[in-house]
Amino acid sequence: MPFALTAERERELDDILSRYPNRMAACIPVLHVCQEQNGHINDEVVDFVSKRLDLPPAHVKGVVTFYTLFNQKPVGKHQVWVCRTLPCALRGGLDVLHHCEKKLGIHAGETTPDGKVTLRSAECLASCGTAPMMQVDKDYFENLTMDKVDEILRKLQA
Amino acid sequence: MIKRTNYLTKLYGTPNGWSLEAYEREGGYKAARKALSMTKEAVVDEAKKANIRGRGGAGFPMGIKWSFMRPSQKPAYLVINADEGEPGTHKDRTIMELNPHSVVEGCIIGCYGIGAHAAYIYVRDELHLSKARLWGAIKEARAKGYLGKNPFGKDYPVEVYVHTGAGAYICGEETSLLNSLEGRRGEPRLKPPFPAQVGAFGCPTTVNNLETIAIVPAMIEMGGEAFSKLSSLHGMNDGGVRLFGVNGHVKKPGVFELAVGVTMRELIYDLGGGVQGDKDLLCVVPGGSSTPVLLANETVHAPDEKNPLHEWHGKSVLDVPLGVETYRGLGTMLGTCCATVLAVGTCPVLAMENLMQFYHHESCGQCTPCREGSAWLHRTVTKIIDGKGTMDDVNNLSDIANNIMGNTICAFGEGTAMPALGFMKKFRADFEAYVRGERSRANATLVPFP
Repeated sequence: MPFALTAERERELDDILSRYPNRMAACIPVLHVCQEQNGHINDEVVDFVSKRLDLPPAHVKGVVTFYTLFNQKPVGKHQVWVCRTLPCALRGGLDVLHHCEKKLGIHAGETTPDGKVTLRSAECLASCGTAPMMQVDKDYFENLTMDKVDEILRKLQA
Repeated sequence: MIKRTNYLTKLYGTPNGWSLEAYEREGGYKAARKALSMTKEAVVDEAKKANIRGRGGAGFPMGIKWSFMRPSQKPAYLVINADEGEPGTHKDRTIMELNPHSVVEGCIIGCYGIGAHAAYIYVRDELHLSKARLWGAIKEARAKGYLGKNPFGKDYPVEVYVHTGAGAYICGEETSLLNSLEGRRGEPRLKPPFPAQVGAFGCPTTVNNLETIAIVPAMIEMGGEAFSKLSSLHGMNDGGVRLFGVNGHVKKPGVFELAVGVTMRELIYDLGGGVQGDKDLLCVVPGGSSTPVLLANETVHAPDEKNPLHEWHGKSVLDVPLGVETYRGLGTMLGTCCATVLAVGTCPVLAMENLMQFYHHESCGQCTPCREGSAWLHRTVTKIIDGKGTMDDVNNLSDIANNIMGNTICAFGEGTAMPALGFMKKFRADFEAYVRGERSRANATLVPFP
């Protein structure tokens, strides 16, 4: 079935287009809007964006595959990113990641069988002074302890 | 010398410090008013006198960059780099979250100085709070008429927008940032042409780091020269104040606003509270992961009186003021002024493996030496740590890194090779210990604390 945006998101799309001198520049922001609605970017979404922005589908697909934040397959209801890069790792970031893997029973990159949580490792989220940290959907959780991690995961799975 | 200032940080920690009301209470938007009553040339002149070195890492003088913009038939653009993806760097996020109006005001002044009518702030997508605060500040400023057709009564339209990427460290490189802004894959472009000739949407463009533009209002208010003289390295054309960060194995990690001239020792011990667990310092990555590591026991070698570092000859590298030129003289880079501290007991080989995994993951793949080299470096150092490496592998690490240097379109290649070469040069014995079987992954750690 062809992909379509809700009326509210259509207005968002128009607003985005008004900020740029050409339609191509809206490519990444519009893909974000589509992903918010659809959860991931499939061929139907690529088709929709390419038609709306007058871009070849190959261009849109190229953009989607370049950036790590575009999901190319379905993901869980919640996204958990744990930073594994050096400043976090020096303060136990990798332990946090392994703890999450154990608690959720999945490896980084996978989604829990109930479809609730997708766990991933992140490459530096600009939070080095408050390490270790994790991002859950749109929120940052910093200066983590294992107790805090447990509490965050418990809430996500509830 | 520690000289705390609060031009950027005075609103940090105050309730609703990010609102227009709080910003104006502290004298906000006076500088934009003042700048728009000056000529463009005078604004750029002040910027030159201020000796603001780009806060994004490369340290290029901001005023000179602004002066590259020539009148043209095409529109001009100001693009603000707030991608902040370098491991160890965590300063720009604090400005966006806690003082977003300084960015908006800086954009108004910057647009006017370079002859642009639109500014795009390129924020990495992960920073949802930063984006919300910036958009909030833009809306407030527009409602007041500070943005739009006649800012402060002047017939000089200015618009500011937030644009986001989608998770790619390479988009912190200015030309890939421009590609990403244009809606393409964030692959770097060949230079020349430089962005001042052909930048965003094929038009003349200045790309400034977010902290660079956020300090502009303070500079205009004070006057360029007075601003520059706040720094003890004013004589080395490194002026003013900037944000310094410290993270890793220190007791109190954080971000501090200080006059330029503070030393690494002061940053780690006086501001950072010293090394965690009162351990000794092993080494420090001075300004983001691509800057070569400095050892705790290194000393300055500058016997020649003409050497700008002569004053510190024979002293510890930790006692040299943090400046663009001074750190270049030490064979490393000041970068973004956010230092990552490693305590004794940390395995430097594991640290290098961690960073090489990052660079391998983030290489955009456009140039073969970087795409293949970063992967090869990561693979080889992992092989060494897993006890399967040979002395040839240790030597290969230097060869691979040296063959990336200078052979790529953008500086990402050097950003990968320089830290690799730094770790190889300063910790070679640790790499060899793995080959000889004296050390293994089982007894190596990045967190040497109980």
